[in-house]
Amino acid sequence: MTAKAILIKRLHPIIESVLAGVIGLMIGAVIMLAYGYNPVAAYVSLFQGSFGSFYSWAESLANATPLILTALTFAVAMRGGLFNIGAEGQLYIGALAAVAVSLIHLPSPIHIVMALFAAMLAGMVWSLPVALLKLTRGVHEVISTIMFNWIAYFLALYVIAHVLTDPIRGEKTISIVETSRLARILPGTTLNYGLIIAIIAAVVVLFVLWRTTVGFELRVSGHNPVAARYAGISQRRQILTVLLIGGATAGLAGAVQVMGRPPTYAVLSGLPQLINLGFDGIGVAMIGRNHPIGIIVAAIFFGGLMAGGRIMQFSPGVPLELVRVIEGVIILTLAVPELRNLLGSFWRRFAKKKVHDGS
Amino acid sequence: MEVEHLWGILFISLHAMVPITLAAIGETIEEAAGLFNIGLEGILLLSALTGALGAEMSGSATVGLLAGLSTGALIGGLFGFISTYWRGSQLISGVGINLFAFGFVAFMLINLGAPGFHSVPRDVQVKMISLGVGSLSPLVFVTVGLAIAVYWMLRRTQLGIRIRSVGENPAAADVAGINVNALRLATALAAGAFAGLAGAYLSVDWLGAVTKELTAGRGFIALATVVFSGLNPLLALFGGFVFGFFDGFATWVSTYPKIKDVIPWQFVAMAPYIVTLLVVAGAIGRVRFPAALGVPYRRE
Repeated sequence: MTAKAILIKRLHPIIESVLAGVIGLMIGAVIMLAYGYNPVAAYVSLFQGSFGSFYSWAESLANATPLILTALTFAVAMRGGLFNIGAEGQLYIGALAAVAVSLIHLPSPIHIVMALFAAMLAGMVWSLPVALLKLTRGVHEVISTIMFNWIAYFLALYVIAHVLTDPIRGEKTISIVETSRLARILPGTTLNYGLIIAIIAAVVVLFVLWRTTVGFELRVSGHNPVAARYAGISQRRQILTVLLIGGATAGLAGAVQVMGRPPTYAVLSGLPQLINLGFDGIGVAMIGRNHPIGIIVAAIFFGGLMAGGRIMQFSPGVPLELVRVIEGVIILTLAVPELRNLLGSFWRRFAKKKVHDGS
Repeated sequence: MEVEHLWGILFISLHAMVPITLAAIGETIEEAAGLFNIGLEGILLLSALTGALGAEMSGSATVGLLAGLSTGALIGGLFGFISTYWRGSQLISGVGINLFAFGFVAFMLINLGAPGFHSVPRDVQVKMISLGVGSLSPLVFVTVGLAIAVYWMLRRTQLGIRIRSVGENPAAADVAGINVNALRLATALAAGAFAGLAGAYLSVDWLGAVTKELTAGRGFIALATVVFSGLNPLLALFGGFVFGFFDGFATWVSTYPKIKDVIPWQFVAMAPYIVTLLVVAGAIGRVRFPAALGVPYRRE
């Protein structure tokens, strides 16, 4: 293969993601038209709100932070051949663990590190039964992770109401203490050092997956389980590794979301600042083609949609939920691997017809 | 405990059984043919919305149920297309359906002027059948009938044998002259229609409202029920009833202050999910699934 051919082949996933993004935005526009909104005004407002100014960039990056981490959960599993949609529940548990660390007193940097570790550990503990159910009973991870997400949701509501309850405001947990908060990178925005933590996590995953034996075995067993078995790679160990790494990054996502996001620095009843981050992470991982670098880019794109979506909600008044509709369409588009070829053949047929019409 | 309470629990369980079992029966047909749709949750939610809108616009509950059913068939068909002719990933398209549904229903609820909650007027809801000791929805009987019919179809008819052969060994089925992709697409349409009816039942019948959290994981519990049943619709009826019991149990307990004091409601609400996990963990091992489940068919 020539160097040019290799380059083009490497570009395919990127082309597919961009194409899916364009189709998603187009269908979003059709839905807006159908319900009487002005799609041009909406998208102008959306992109000004996401990438139009210094401030909006900061908000987009702040929104991207937890998405990078939950997307890593899904991507690592996908690379190992598992469909782990449990980041949602693991991030709730991670957030609560980070809050719990505020019960003890420690000097600042140590306190932050302790809280982050507690959150990672909690996320791993919450994903352990998923691994055990798969290894001992063969329970498919799609079913077990969804069930654990719901159990985590109600457990979190219980903990907020009865265990870590704020003595003054019963509808939230105690706030993270000053010594355990992540400082803001830019004053006046919600962008905090959680972003650096998320990027470090992405780099660590990148290194582990592509530069270590553990990562190599993991990718082989995900890509070709039969070949992995012949090579003597233990499938069982991969399942455990993948789910534990995923639990750790999802737990971190919960932690940065409470330790770095003003004004409450607490988990509120109904989990407004946590809910759906795990599911959005799945979308981010897919748009980023399950690659850490791709995930960072996709998370910024999606964080931007969320930040801009809030602006779009005020003017011209298109509901924020439209952003998730667009995300769903993007994923559906990405599910079709031959989309590029399909569009190509449509285009050729169309072009041929044009030639015939012209003659 | 008084007798009326027992009847009450039985009726709540039967009503909670309907959406889970209906979705599970449909999914059984498509899993027998080799398709695995984790977008059931999204189909339930979307058709709950279209079912409610259909019923309100026409003033008829039947039209509402049909609207839900057709929405389900449409989305099921899209899933079928992606996973057969377009050889796409079944898991990924399932996730796409779910995300789209959550977003679209929340978007529509705001458009309807009721962020988060839309109630369906009583006079367009399905009329209950009075049985003396209480009243039951006609959909309970429809569900039981459909479970028996699908059981019979899969085990005793030529169509059933064809569907199962496509799930076991698509290449052999192809050689025998069965159009693998067309048959799989048809089962995906049917599965979508079943889930669509289940979704419309949630809004037009049982719960009488549309909310963002209306389905509460029931699509995934239906998937678990299929696993538990080992692709037997009659066992799906039983599984749906067990999950329905714990689902109804949570609602029932929440009306009893005495029990509420002993067990916090959050733990009662967890029960259906914990039971699902336990049942699925217990069921696997004795259950065998079609050999070609989840694999797109490509002619060699």
